[in-house]
Amino acid sequence: MTADLIRVENLEKHFGELKVLKDVSLNVKPKEVVVIFGRSGSGKSTLLRCINFLEEPTGGCIEVDGTRMECGYADRARKANVREIRMKAGMVFQEFNLFPHLTVMENLIEAPVTVKGESKKEATERGKELLDKVGLSEKAEQYPIRLSGGQKQRVAIARALNMRPKIMLFDEPTSALDPELIGEVLTVMKKLAEEGMTMMVVSHEMGFAREVADRMCFFDDGVILEEGPPDTMIKSPRHERTRRFLEAVL
Amino acid sequence: MAEAAVGGVRKTDTARPPRLSFTSKKYLTYGVIVIMGILVVLVFQFDLSFMREWLPYIARGTWFTLILCFGGIALAIPLALLGALGRLSRSGVLNGIANFYTSFFRGTPLLVQIYFIYFAFPQLAFKPGVPDFLEPFLVYDVIFAGILALGLNYGAYMTEIFRGGIQSIGHGQVEAAHALGMSAGQTMRRVVLPQAVRVIIPPTGNDFIAMLKDSSLVGVVGTVQELFNRAQVVGKAESRAFETLAIAALIYWFLTGVFSFFQGKLEKRYARGHVREEAHDG
Repeated sequence: MTADLIRVENLEKHFGELKVLKDVSLNVKPKEVVVIFGRSGSGKSTLLRCINFLEEPTGGCIEVDGTRMECGYADRARKANVREIRMKAGMVFQEFNLFPHLTVMENLIEAPVTVKGESKKEATERGKELLDKVGLSEKAEQYPIRLSGGQKQRVAIARALNMRPKIMLFDEPTSALDPELIGEVLTVMKKLAEEGMTMMVVSHEMGFAREVADRMCFFDDGVILEEGPPDTMIKSPRHERTRRFLEAVL
Repeated sequence: MAEAAVGGVRKTDTARPPRLSFTSKKYLTYGVIVIMGILVVLVFQFDLSFMREWLPYIARGTWFTLILCFGGIALAIPLALLGALGRLSRSGVLNGIANFYTSFFRGTPLLVQIYFIYFAFPQLAFKPGVPDFLEPFLVYDVIFAGILALGLNYGAYMTEIFRGGIQSIGHGQVEAAHALGMSAGQTMRRVVLPQAVRVIIPPTGNDFIAMLKDSSLVGVVGTVQELFNRAQVVGKAESRAFETLAIAALIYWFLTGVFSFFQGKLEKRYARGHVREEAHDG
């Protein structure tokens, strides 16, 4: 039995009175691809952002590849643990968030060099391979402003991968893209899944989910209302709310 | 509507000779004002040979003016950076210090600050009970006092510029850096500040030019022979205040023009920013 790469136990997140996450528990095994979907405001993005502590959870417990953190109170080791988790979990944002003052290659090597202390040469070597993988080798010296949305997102994926994360978190990676650019990003993500990357993806791309996901979770009002393999989830959801949501997006 | 206006203009045009373009009018007016100025000088018989005689002496004050300015800006920039980081800090203590700093130095006149540093602090040094080793921290050379006052004062104003520049960088940038494992300091140094500089440089150039003129206040204390001081001293001694002050004013004006020119260049360069790359192969 392999240990879970991610364990989320009884996670809670409150914004003042608003309870965005109510007692969410979820485990992700190595090489598993989990697609999370649900209405906007249901808490799915917040869950992802809590896992690498871009949001501070109000309570519960998060464990990423053996680094375990009890949430809701601060202790000495906290900062170091948060950074450890962030290095293990690569994040891809809806709005790409590439660094506009750096070229594509500089975007890729920034964190490995400043955070991990790798040599530029080493980070660049790997960066080249990653750009090749996302099909943007010829863009290495370009600035992000010159790229299309789809290209930016592929660079953002490569940038996250260059930290050699154990798991990739995708927060609505195709939601800000023009429809004709979504395919190229999903192709890269599919390739990544095939190579055995563990992934948590917040997305409404049901085609992608059906093809790539091992498991789907439907978020509703701060809880995981139901989860299951994509085929049963999409064809015969147990809950009325899931069914209605799927009708709306399919 | 635009056509109607053009038609209206044409009607009156037939009765008059063709009008001058806006630009020619502008420069013509400029020229007329300058000629009027020269006429004033001639009519009231200002002593041109006197001006010629003293020009080199007064002009050499430029060096002190520039030392004050460059010294002041060199001090103001790090202070503004620290002030901005303080005002953005979540620490109540740092925030309080930065707030006090900007509030005090923006809330009191520069001239008062100069007098404080040059005349009031030394007085402290000789109060009974003040240990001797503090003396060098309280008694300054006047140039140094001037630089200190200009730097502290402009640092307080520029704190707001720096703060605005830092805040103009989207939170997504900070999150992306954090998600990659970068610490708060690394994020500031490597991601936020390099982008904020584009926003910060043009108004900083403006402040530098303003400081160039405010450096004349340092001349008021009497012992720095910068432009204004020299003009004023010579003018008083020879009862030719108009002539000497005109020289100083023209030199300030000239210097302002030179620095405005460079600032314009700099601004253009930073405005082009990424667009320049686009022009290369786009």
